[in-house]
Amino acid sequence: MTPFRDARIADAFAVPLAAPDDFAGWRGQARRLLMADVPPDRVTWHMPGEGGGDLFASGRRLPVPRADAPQPRVPRAFLDLAAKAALHRDEGRFALLYRLLWRLQQRPGLMEDEADADVRQLHRLTRTVRRDMHKMRAFVRFRQIGSGEDERYIAWFEPEHHILRANAEFFVNRFAGMRWAILTPQGSLHWDGAVLSEGPPASRADAPAQDAAEELWRRYYGSIFNPARLKVGAMLKEMPRRYWKNLPEAALIPELIAGAQAREAAMVDQGGTMFGEERPGSLPEIAQAIMACRRCPIGCNGTRAVPGEGQSDPARFGGLIIVGEQPGDSEEEQGRPFVGPAGRLLRAHLEDAGLDLSRAWLTNAVKHFKFVPKPMRGGGKRRLHQNPTAKEIDICRWWLEGERALLRPRLVLALGASAARSLLGKTVSVQQVRGQPMPLDDGSELWITTHPSYLLRLNDGPRAQEEGRFAGDLRAVAARLAELAG
Amino acid sequence: MSQPSLIERLGILADAAKYDASCASSGTTRRTSKDGAKGGGKAIGSTEGMGICHAYAPDGRCISLLKILLTNHCVFDCHYCINRKSSNVRRARFTPQEVADLTMAFYKRNYIEGLFLSSGIVKSSSHTMEQLIEAARILREEHEFRGYIHLKTIPEADSELVTRAGLYADRVSINVELPTLAGLTRLAPDKNAATIEGAMDTVKAAIVEAKDACKRFKSAPRFAPAGQSTQMIVGADGASDADIVGKASRLYGDYRLRRVYYSAFSPIPDASAVLPLQRPPLIREHRLYQSDWLMRFYGFAPEEVQQAAGTDGMLPLDIDPKLAWALKFRDQFPVDVNRAPRETLLRVPGLGTRAVGAILSARRHRTLRLDDVARLTVSIAKLRPFIVTADWRPTLLTERADLKTLIAPPKAQQLELFAA
Repeated sequence: MTPFRDARIADAFAVPLAAPDDFAGWRGQARRLLMADVPPDRVTWHMPGEGGGDLFASGRRLPVPRADAPQPRVPRAFLDLAAKAALHRDEGRFALLYRLLWRLQQRPGLMEDEADADVRQLHRLTRTVRRDMHKMRAFVRFRQIGSGEDERYIAWFEPEHHILRANAEFFVNRFAGMRWAILTPQGSLHWDGAVLSEGPPASRADAPAQDAAEELWRRYYGSIFNPARLKVGAMLKEMPRRYWKNLPEAALIPELIAGAQAREAAMVDQGGTMFGEERPGSLPEIAQAIMACRRCPIGCNGTRAVPGEGQSDPARFGGLIIVGEQPGDSEEEQGRPFVGPAGRLLRAHLEDAGLDLSRAWLTNAVKHFKFVPKPMRGGGKRRLHQNPTAKEIDICRWWLEGERALLRPRLVLALGASAARSLLGKTVSVQQVRGQPMPLDDGSELWITTHPSYLLRLNDGPRAQEEGRFAGDLRAVAARLAELAG
Repeated sequence: MSQPSLIERLGILADAAKYDASCASSGTTRRTSKDGAKGGGKAIGSTEGMGICHAYAPDGRCISLLKILLTNHCVFDCHYCINRKSSNVRRARFTPQEVADLTMAFYKRNYIEGLFLSSGIVKSSSHTMEQLIEAARILREEHEFRGYIHLKTIPEADSELVTRAGLYADRVSINVELPTLAGLTRLAPDKNAATIEGAMDTVKAAIVEAKDACKRFKSAPRFAPAGQSTQMIVGADGASDADIVGKASRLYGDYRLRRVYYSAFSPIPDASAVLPLQRPPLIREHRLYQSDWLMRFYGFAPEEVQQAAGTDGMLPLDIDPKLAWALKFRDQFPVDVNRAPRETLLRVPGLGTRAVGAILSARRHRTLRLDDVARLTVSIAKLRPFIVTADWRPTLLTERADLKTLIAPPKAQQLELFAA
């Protein structure tokens, strides 16, 4: 009796495999069956721990191929995919592989036809296994036990498919210098620094329950995430919930999601969208709006805001904006800029330099008066000027930019470091940049000099010298302004 | 002043690093901890061609690397940056040794693929760069670390230091920060576009030189095998999508970048008021990545991506740029899936590179019908108006005025929670 006929008589051959991931065993048996001409519908495959045995087929001896049977040929592409697909949990995987092997003998180009149902199923199984292997490489979490010579790393992991052995090489390559073990319900891997050995299935209790580094890791996980861009769906797609129970960081997820909106709102509150897109459309509207501005602590100190003033008629505006630091005591009382001692000094120098104040606009980098109350001898309090912080200047810059946008000056004269910061967005040294033009992004020129209140604080000798430089700067500005006006 | 504890500093310096979009650990050479087992086999770490994402945060981003700053002290004052000098955030710093130890502790527990180290500028740019390099040196030389290292390069540092960084790092990056010169001047007043691009050029030259040396000498040192990348902030200045696409393609060309990352400007705590901005919709960032893909994998020229944008230079937010392009150039469709060359198939909205590969391979064995194409692709509904198969020809569908609504029905618009 030839094996060929034997195959046709049998209902089915039950082919045992040594393990659920025994691809090499399948390959040997499949070759034999193929050479004996056994069609796919006559073969069932059996692994320990999977499915029941096939009652009708059990015990039948496998056919012996004829000595002159041709060697089956398969494309490399098939073997690569099949080796992966064989690790899938799907009970029909080995039957699918054999069916494809069988069909490949008639259609050697079958693998290229991805529209074929069997080929597609093979790709699907392979993809799932690849993903599971990849997720294992990503989500295994070692816990350290012992230290020094006894330092070891143990992980508990629950793979979906039969991938443990197939992934062993990856972990050996990565952690060759450590001693480690990966425990799973399917079996375990142990690496002692030189040799890899396999162990029996384990349970979660066999792995350490914690690791001191996990607190650090959780802190990192919670901090690296940006609450302004919550995308829970994207996270779940790549890190499905079933992995969470073995990930130390996953315990934080619910609270991070819950807190995200509150955190973003707080972030927005503290800045970011402090101002709307629309600026007030006129200078009186700006003057009105700054009265109500409470966007920085100075705005909230209860003082009166001091708007800019001067020539706003485009026909008569000479193209010059002068920017001071902030209103002082007298300015706040009168509600007008540059009316105190420093203002008087400025006005005198402007006149000397030939700068016509009636054609200019006077304003401040910060619109409210920042001070500390200082008790005076004999009772009462004096309001002592305080410099605004960089942050306060940056906030108030919004209003100054509104004034600039409406007036469209040719030249901006900044008095002192605060005014310079307001216009440049960065802090510069006045002494280093004074007396030279700097381009601004609206096409105008920025000139920087000292604030007149600085001159008032100097003693006679240095004061005369600094006033001379101040006057010189103003003369340069006057000349440049005349040049720009053409 | 006493330093906060290690865990506190980790919180501060990770928080400060989260605005950097990149966390990629891919594209470097393959290495294992068994290679060249000298030093008693103490080595730890390996790299595959493909990176591994070890966790995902609720913002949907992959966590692949330990991404931290060495310090968030900074002498610069860039308005979009939470670490700028004038910001009130809590400050902290790590020593290079602490960074190396933390990296090893995380790596050995399989939390990460490696380290992405950046820093605020302290003392000087060169001093800061030296500290970054020192952390990488400790990892490579003292811990025999073979995992992935990405170093952010400080453009103002000595070019000699930038080159040294590449000897330890898999990837180096320099952020161009803003797509326009005006934006950079306004929002990053201490930075200089010429310096940034100069540093990119230095890195490019070093990469080319090292590649060349590797061809001739087997033992030539590797230089940043995963190349260099950069990041642009989207929505902080007035740049349109067309501007950004143009800038990105120029950077890819001039400096042979591996990746340009786009980061939608995100509200930061203690923001500078110079940013009177709404945050741009996150989808805008996504559309820019899609257009980036079109240029890198789909054979689109930058001008063609720009054609997909509207007259204001902005890509449509409701449909992807490939579909937008197809709707503008309807005379290019329908495409016969049984005959069209690869380049033409790649232009069909709804066909990805994988699907195109499958079609090319499958059509050698059969004449494709609509059902076959449906099995090879994700959504046949989106595809139908643009293709011809053995049993299907769209009836002038591409000339219908309502084509866009047919393919991409308008979604209910979710209102911005924090709209101004």
